[in-house]
Amino acid sequence: MKLKKLIAASSIIASSLMAQVAVAADTIKVGVLHSLSGTMAISETTLKDTVLMMIEEQNKAGGLLGKKLEAVVVDPASNWPLFAEKTRELLAKEKVDVIFGCWTSVSRKSVLPVIEELNGLLFYPVQYEGEESSKNVFYTGAAPNQQAIPAVDYLMNDIGATRWVLAGTDYVYPRTTNKILEAYLKAKGVKDEDIMINYTPFGHSDWQGIVSDIKKFGSAGKKTAVVSTINGDANIPFYKELGNQGISAEDIPVVAFSVGEEELSGFDTKPLVGHLAAWNYFQSVESEENDEFIAAWKTFIGDEKRVTNDPMEATYIGFKMWAKAVEKVGTTDVDAVEQAMIGVAVPNLTGGVAVMNPNHHLSKPVLIGEIQEDGQFEVVWETPDTVIGDAWSDYLPSSMNLVSDWTAPIKCGNYDVKTAKCSGQNF
Amino acid sequence: MNMKTTHTFVEIIRKMSHLHIVVGTLFVATIYVSFCNLAFAESSFLHVSDYTVSLFGKYLCYALLALAVDLVWGYCGILSLGHGAFFGLGGYAMGMYLMRQIGDRGVYGNAELPDFMVFLNWTELPWYWAGSSSFLWMVLMVFVAPGILAFVFGMLAFRSRVSGVYLSIMTQAMTYALMLAFFRNEMGFGGNNGLTDFKEIAGFSLQDPHTKLGLFVVTAIALAIAYWVSNYIVKSKLGAIITATRDAESRVRFVGYKPEYYKVWIFVVSAMIAGVAGALYVPQVGIINPGEFSPLNSIEIVVWVAIGGRYTLYGAIIGAILVSYAKTRFTAIMPEAWLFALGGLFVLVTLLFPKGIAGALPGVARRFGLDANTNDNKTNKNNAQSEEQGTLKAPRAGGQ
Amino acid sequence: MRRFISVLFCCLVSWYAIADDDVNTKDSTAASSSIDSELIELVNQLPNTKLNKMQPLVENIAAIKSHKTREVLQILLAGDLYYLKSDKTLVNAQKQNDGNYQLTNILTDEALAPVKKRAIRKIRSNNRLRSAIRSFIAKIDLTDDDKSTRYGAVEQLLEKPSQETLDTMRSLLPLEKDADVANLMQTVLLIEQLKHGKIDEQLSAVAGLKSSLEPVVLNTLSALSEELSASEKTQEQEQLLTAMSKAIATIESKRSNYKFIENVFFGLSLGSVLLLAAIGLAITFGVMGVINMAHGEMIMLGAYTTYVVQLVFPNLIEYSLLIAVPAAFVVTGLVGILIERGVIRFLKGRPLETLLATFGISLILQQLVRTVFSPLNRQVQSPEWMTGSWQINPVFSLTFNRLYIILFAIMVFFTLLMILKKSSLGLHVRAVSQNREMAKALSIKSDWVDAITFGLGSGIAGIAGVVLSQLTNVGPNLGQAYIIDSFLVVVFGGVGNLWGTLVAAMSLGSINKFLEPITGSVLANIIVLVGLVLFIQKRPKGLFPQKGRAVD
Repeated sequence: MKLKKLIAASSIIASSLMAQVAVAADTIKVGVLHSLSGTMAISETTLKDTVLMMIEEQNKAGGLLGKKLEAVVVDPASNWPLFAEKTRELLAKEKVDVIFGCWTSVSRKSVLPVIEELNGLLFYPVQYEGEESSKNVFYTGAAPNQQAIPAVDYLMNDIGATRWVLAGTDYVYPRTTNKILEAYLKAKGVKDEDIMINYTPFGHSDWQGIVSDIKKFGSAGKKTAVVSTINGDANIPFYKELGNQGISAEDIPVVAFSVGEEELSGFDTKPLVGHLAAWNYFQSVESEENDEFIAAWKTFIGDEKRVTNDPMEATYIGFKMWAKAVEKVGTTDVDAVEQAMIGVAVPNLTGGVAVMNPNHHLSKPVLIGEIQEDGQFEVVWETPDTVIGDAWSDYLPSSMNLVSDWTAPIKCGNYDVKTAKCSGQNF
Repeated sequence: MNMKTTHTFVEIIRKMSHLHIVVGTLFVATIYVSFCNLAFAESSFLHVSDYTVSLFGKYLCYALLALAVDLVWGYCGILSLGHGAFFGLGGYAMGMYLMRQIGDRGVYGNAELPDFMVFLNWTELPWYWAGSSSFLWMVLMVFVAPGILAFVFGMLAFRSRVSGVYLSIMTQAMTYALMLAFFRNEMGFGGNNGLTDFKEIAGFSLQDPHTKLGLFVVTAIALAIAYWVSNYIVKSKLGAIITATRDAESRVRFVGYKPEYYKVWIFVVSAMIAGVAGALYVPQVGIINPGEFSPLNSIEIVVWVAIGGRYTLYGAIIGAILVSYAKTRFTAIMPEAWLFALGGLFVLVTLLFPKGIAGALPGVARRFGLDANTNDNKTNKNNAQSEEQGTLKAPRAGGQ
Repeated sequence: MRRFISVLFCCLVSWYAIADDDVNTKDSTAASSSIDSELIELVNQLPNTKLNKMQPLVENIAAIKSHKTREVLQILLAGDLYYLKSDKTLVNAQKQNDGNYQLTNILTDEALAPVKKRAIRKIRSNNRLRSAIRSFIAKIDLTDDDKSTRYGAVEQLLEKPSQETLDTMRSLLPLEKDADVANLMQTVLLIEQLKHGKIDEQLSAVAGLKSSLEPVVLNTLSALSEELSASEKTQEQEQLLTAMSKAIATIESKRSNYKFIENVFFGLSLGSVLLLAAIGLAITFGVMGVINMAHGEMIMLGAYTTYVVQLVFPNLIEYSLLIAVPAAFVVTGLVGILIERGVIRFLKGRPLETLLATFGISLILQQLVRTVFSPLNRQVQSPEWMTGSWQINPVFSLTFNRLYIILFAIMVFFTLLMILKKSSLGLHVRAVSQNREMAKALSIKSDWVDAITFGLGSGIAGIAGVVLSQLTNVGPNLGQAYIIDSFLVVVFGGVGNLWGTLVAAMSLGSINKFLEPITGSVLANIIVLVGLVLFIQKRPKGLFPQKGRAVD
C-alpha cells in the first residue's frame, strides 16, 4: 500500500518537473493547438500531423532563419475553455512564435481574446462563417463567399435547381451560411415557399424523418437541391439514410461544405455517387505540387490509404506563407510578420497562386466536385479565377458596410465604410 | 529546530481544525501568489506568472464547485450528476453582465445589443436580459438563477421521494436538457458559441494582469467563505439532520422531521455555491458556452470529489485541484496518451483509496503523530457505515 | 434459441443473394454477335470528348438501335467505363480485391490482362449526363422482357415524358400484360390527357388519377387547379375544378395516413436502436446495480469488432454481420468479464464508486481505440441486403436496414428474457441479485455469476454496436452519444425490469419522432427530457416499479 501511494505521488511530481526541463536553446517554436481527444479529434488530429510534417520538411531544408523549428503540441481535448487555457500556456509559458490550430468556430472565439491580449499569431485553417477579422489571426480556410455562394450558383445555373433545402447543424457556421444563402437566393428571385430550412443538433444520428421530409419537399415537381452545412459527425448517418431512402444525386443533389475526403474515408460511397461538395482543394486534382504533397503525406503518416483534404491544404498554405513572411523580415516578431504576411503568395496545391489579402483572408479558387465510388471527388466545375475571401458578408444587413483592412491607413478589422469608424477592437 | 519547538509546532497543528487549515492555506497561498506576482520581475525565479495566476484562479473555481457537490453528496447522500447546470447558470448570469459591459465596442458597434443578437436581426433585448447591465443584478442572478432551478427541481423530486439512481439520472437529464436548450440560437444566449469577447468587469479591463490577480483573490476569498459556511452547516444541528437523512431517511421521517425540506434546502445552498463558482470562472477563462452543461462535465465534478474524498469538505477541494492540475500537465506532456493516465488515475484511486485522498490522509497524519482530531475520525467511521448500508440502494431482482 | 436465430438470418441472406444473382445473370446473357459500325465510331469518340460536349454524343449513341447500345450506356452509367491510356481502347473495368482492375473490351467482350489504376482513365460523367442516360436506357427498356425493368423504365419517364415516349407508350399499352406496368403507363397517359386534353377528357382523366399516389399526379393537379381558379371559368371548368379539388383532397388524406404510418415506423425504429443500446445496461446497471459508465464504450467495441471482421473477411461482406454479431458478443463479453474481475468485484457494495472506476475505464478504452485504430472513423460496409428500401407505394417506403433492426432488437430482447427467465444461469443471476448471501448458502458461485452477468450485459452492448455500425459513424466517440440515452431509457422503464426497458425505449422513440415534425428535432429532444424529469416525479421508480419487499 505504502509503496503504491509513493509511486502515485512521485509520478505526479515527476511529470510536473519534466515539463519545466524541455526548453531548448535556439529554436523557433511552433505551437500546435488541435484537439487530440474528444469529439473533434476525428478531424483535428490530421491537422496536427500536417503541421508536424511541414515542420519536419522545413527542418530538412535547413530550418528557418538558420534555426530549427520545434513543435509544441498540446491537447485542448475539444473543450472550449481549455483552448483558451492552452493558448495562454503556449504563448506565456512556452513562448511559441506562432500557433497553428483550432477547428470549430467556438474554439476560435475562445482563443481570440487570449491571442489578442498576448499578441500571438494564429493560423486558422478551416472554412468558417466569416464576420470576423483579427489582427492576430490569419484565416486560410474558406469564407462563405469562397464556398457557399459559388456552390449555389453552380446548382442554379448548371443543375437548374429552383427549390432549396438548407439543412444544417444548429450552430453559428450553418446559421450564418444559411442566412447569407437565404438572402442571396431571395435576391435571385426564389420564393419563400421554395426554401426549406432545417436545423438538427450536433451528432444527430436519426435522420429518417428529416430525409423523408426532404424527399417530400423535393417531389413537388421542381428541381430541388439540398445545401448541407451539417457538421462532420452527423454526415455519415445522413448520407446513409439518403442512400437507403433512394434519394439519388440525379433526383435531389446534395452539396455539402463540411464533407471532404477524410469524412468519406469512413464510408462506402457507392450510394452517394454524384452528390457534391464545394471546397478550395480536392485530392483528385492533378498538379505537380499536389502529387508531391500527397506522396509526402502518405510517407509521413506511413499509410498508403490516408487521404488529404481541404483544411490540410489550408494548413499547408498557411505554414508556407508564415515561413516566407518570417524569411522576408528576418524575425519571428509578431507585428513584423503580420505586416509582412499581407501580399505573400504561395502556390496552391491545385494550381494557381494563393495570396494573403489585407483582410487576413486568402484568394483561392473554388472547386465543385462530385463524389466518386472510391471516396474521392471529381471536379465538375471551378471558378475561372481565384475568389478573394470576404471577412464581412455583403448579403447580411449587419455587416454590409463593414470591411477589414490591416494595411495603413485603415488598419482595422472592422471598419465601417459609411461612418468611417473602426469598432470592436481590443487595442 | 530543537525538540521543544517541534513539539509546539505539532501541538499547534493538532489544535487546528480543518477549517483553520483550509482557510489558512488559502490565505497564505493568496498572499504568496499576489506578492510574487507583483513584486518580482518576470525573470526572477520567485516570480509567479500571470499564466499561473489565471490557471490557479480557474482551479479554485473548480474547487468551489467540488465543495458544492460534496455538500449534497457527501453529507446528504444526493448524488447529483447535474451540478454543471448550476455552475453554467451562474456563469451565464455573469456572462450576460460582461456582454453588456462591452457596450458599443462590439463587432457591430451596437450599444444596446450584444453582437450575436445584432447578427440574428433582433431589434431589442429579450425580457430576460433586462437589467443585465447592472452589477448588482448580476450578483443577484448568480444566486437566484441556480437557486430557483434547484428549488423547483428539489421540491418536485424530493417531495415525491425520488432517490438514488433515479435522482442521479434525473439531474443528468436536467443538465442535458439545459445543454440542448442553450445550444439553440433562439434561446438568446448566443447558441453554440455562447458568450465571449468580454472587455471589462466593473470597469476593470479583463486583459489587465491586475484584474486577473484580483479575480484570483476574490475566488480565494469566495472559497474560504463557502468553506466556512459549509463547515458551519455540517457542524450545526441542521447538519446533523441532513447527515441523518443520508443515513436513514425513513427513521428521520418517523422521528417527526420532514427530510425533504432539509434536502431541498441543502440542494439550493449547494446550487448557489456552484453558481458563484461559475460566475467567477467565466471572467477568468473568457467564455461561457453550453458545453459547460454537458453531462460529462458534471460527471467529472463527481470524480473530483470522489478522488479527493467525499465525506470531508477539504477532500473535495484537494480532489478538484489535483485532478485539474493533472489534466493541465498531462495534456501538455503527453497530449496523445493523457487519457490513459487520467483514466488510470481514476481507476487506481477508486481501488486503492476507497475514501479518496482525504480518507488516506488521517493515516499519514497518524504516522507523523499529528492526528488528534478524534472528532473527525468518528465522522469518518459513521460515513463508512452509511456507505455500507448504501446511500444508493443497489437495485435488485432481474427481469420479471 | 440463438441457433434458430442465426438459421433464420442465414435464410434471409441467402434468399437475397439468390435474388441478386438472378439480375446479374440476366445482364450478362445479352450476347453479342455483330456490332453496328456507326456505334463503334461514336463510342470511340468518348475518350476525346469533354464533359460539356458529352450529352449530344451520348444522345447520338442512344439513338442507334443496337443491342450493344444499352450495354454501353449501362456501363457508363455505373461509372465502370474506362479507356486504356496507351491506345484508348474502351473497357469495362472492375476493381479486384488486389487493387488491380480487371478489364473487358466493351465492344468485343474479350477479356484483357488486369492492369493498375494508372494505366486506365475513367470516362467522366456528371449528374446531368447520368440522368439523361437513365432516360435513354428507360426508353430502350420499355420493351424489355422483364416486367420490373419495364416498370422501372416507365417510372423513370413519368416526370417529363417526351412526345416520342408518349407515342411509344400508347402503342405498348394494349400489349402490356402486367397490371402494374399497365397502370403506371395509364397514369402517364392520363396526366398528358389532363394537361392537354379537352375539358371532358380532362374530367375523365381526373377520375382516373384520383387513386394514384404518384407525386407527379398531385403536382399536376395542384398546378392546374391553381391556374384554373385564378382565371375566369365557364360552368364546365367550374365542374372540373371541383373534381380536381376532390381528387386532391383524397390524395392528400391518403398521403397523410401513410405519413402517420411512416412516423410510427420511424418511432419504432428509433425505439429499437434505443432498446438495443439500453438493454445491456438494463443488465449491468438494472440487475447488478453497477453504474457502468463504460457501457457506451462496449457498444463502440462491438462496432469496431464489425470493422475488424470485415477487414479479416473482405470477401464475405454479405455475411459479415452474421459473423460480427457473435464475434462482438464474445469480444465485448470477455472485455466485460475482464473489467468485472479486474475492477468491479473490488467495489462490491459500493455502487457509486463503480461510476468513478468505469468512467476511468471508459476514458482508457476510448484512447485505446484511438491509438490502435486511429482517431478517424473506420469504414464499415453495409451488406447489399441491408441497403435500399421496400417501396410499398410511391409515397410510402420502409428502409430495409431499419426494418431488420426492429426485428433484430425484438429478437435480442426476447432471447435475453428467455435466458434470464428460463435458463439456470438466469435463475442464478436473479438469485444472486435478490439475495446474495442466501444464494451463496445454496452453493451458487456468486462471484462467477457476477462475472458472467456483467459479461452478458457487455456482450449485448457489443451486439448493439454491430447494429449501430450500420447506422452511424464507427469512431472513438460512438459510445458517448448513446450512454445518456441508455441510462434514461433504463430509468424511465424502471430499474431492473426488462419489459420496462422495452416499453420505455419504444415510447421514447415514438414520442420523439412524433414531436420532430412539429417542433424540430432539437426542441423535440428537450421536450422529451423535460417530460421525463416530470414523469419521474409522478412515478419515482419508473414505468414499472419493482414491487414487494425487495424494494426497500
